[in-house]
Amino acid sequence: MTSEKTSPLKLFGTWSSSYTHRVQLALKLKGLEFEYVEEDLSAKSPSLLLYNPVHQKVPVLLHGGRPLAESIVILQYIDETWRESPLMPEDPYERAIVRFWCHFSDDKLAGAVAAVFRTTAEEQKAAVAEVHQNLAVIEGELREGHFKGRRFFGGEKLGLLDVVVGCGSFWLSIFEEVAEVKLIDEESFPLFHGWLRQFEAQEAVKETIPPADRLLEYAREVRHYLVSLSSQVKATSDDSGRVNVDPEEDKDG
Amino acid sequence: MGSDLPEKGLVLLSSWPSMFGIRGVIALEEKGLEYEYREEHLGNKSATLLRLNPIHKKVPVLVHDGRPICESLIILQYIDETWPGADGAPCFLPADPFARSQARFWADFIDKKVYDAGTRLWKMKGEEHAEAKKEFIESMKLLEGELGEKPYFGGETFGFVDIALVSYACWFHTYDVTGGLNMEAELPKLMAWVKRCKERESVSKALPDPLKIYDFLLSLKKRYGIE
Repeated sequence: MTSEKTSPLKLFGTWSSSYTHRVQLALKLKGLEFEYVEEDLSAKSPSLLLYNPVHQKVPVLLHGGRPLAESIVILQYIDETWRESPLMPEDPYERAIVRFWCHFSDDKLAGAVAAVFRTTAEEQKAAVAEVHQNLAVIEGELREGHFKGRRFFGGEKLGLLDVVVGCGSFWLSIFEEVAEVKLIDEESFPLFHGWLRQFEAQEAVKETIPPADRLLEYAREVRHYLVSLSSQVKATSDDSGRVNVDPEEDKDG
Repeated sequence: MGSDLPEKGLVLLSSWPSMFGIRGVIALEEKGLEYEYREEHLGNKSATLLRLNPIHKKVPVLVHDGRPICESLIILQYIDETWPGADGAPCFLPADPFARSQARFWADFIDKKVYDAGTRLWKMKGEEHAEAKKEFIESMKLLEGELGEKPYFGGETFGFVDIALVSYACWFHTYDVTGGLNMEAELPKLMAWVKRCKERESVSKALPDPLKIYDFLLSLKKRYGIE
């Protein structure tokens, strides 16, 4: 039933998508070779539509020809199939904690960050406040909660939660510059800030995240487009990918 | 933790109409576990709930030996992993990683699509209502297709996706009425699956009367001034 561990791996993604980066990073951490296919979301390939007919989104991982979709589903599959260098803890309660914070990150934090990027003026102010609120929650967990005293969420090494939160977090400083807001200042969020710097310094992460200047350029284009859009109508997510308004549009999981 | 929670054992904080809470009940019953059920009144949440789930302030919350686990699908996996099946492997999720990934995918789909569209069936009017109706039926048809000819989503055995979806069954009558639907006619295989699941003691115990759910919705709408 299971694909052989040595069966070929193929990843469909987009270069700017943090959801794609998560899978790339996880595969790297496991030391796995894979073929990468860049998707153009304004003109989705027949393969993508075949392999992810339900959501028609990236990332999609093909293992021995069998498709998997939704980044967090994919990450757990990778971890459960190649059990060396585990990304998830063993203990069921610890695992529940990781899953909870993954969901929080995707649901609350990512949503607010996207809103900051998409809006201006009063709306943006509210979104920034929400980002700060959510970062404060995570900072609290690092300071005196479940992750107190840890180098990474996963302990001494990167774990699944580091991959999930980390791959989106590099956008914070990009958005700060492009949208001209303060999101993650070191004074207010010293531990989160420290964790992010350590995350970004990891070799596998450096190999995965695209260079800042490329991201900045891309972000400026998108921001320009979004702001002009919002001055007309409210931007809505578009299944066809025609309007790739949001770097996080490929949101899944 | 708090003095109102036992040091050892299981407590489920839930709300009887909540499909998410119902999942917790089914899972605990399936595993034959002893637990205390505590009803939360969502207009007046207990201090305990707010302390155990400060971020979302939602039910269900499972408390095990004083420690809280939040979010229904996370609770399901926790129960499955803590009290594994006879051969040591969890039994809600299959052993094979690919099959597990499919189960997680569909459970995620249910929470993204069914809950959202179903809620819009009773909240929205006009064009938005028509849109919700279309989405709801499309999503349910996809799920019915995924079930196929299998007795359960899990195959021969009742599992993760079955629990995730059957928890909505008590709301189907409400979706029918508010959506102007006839799920029995449109989704015969799925309805047959619901009937099959209801033969299980865990499910029949966990699911409230659909008519009571509809009454609950009416009082909810009244409270929030929704016509």
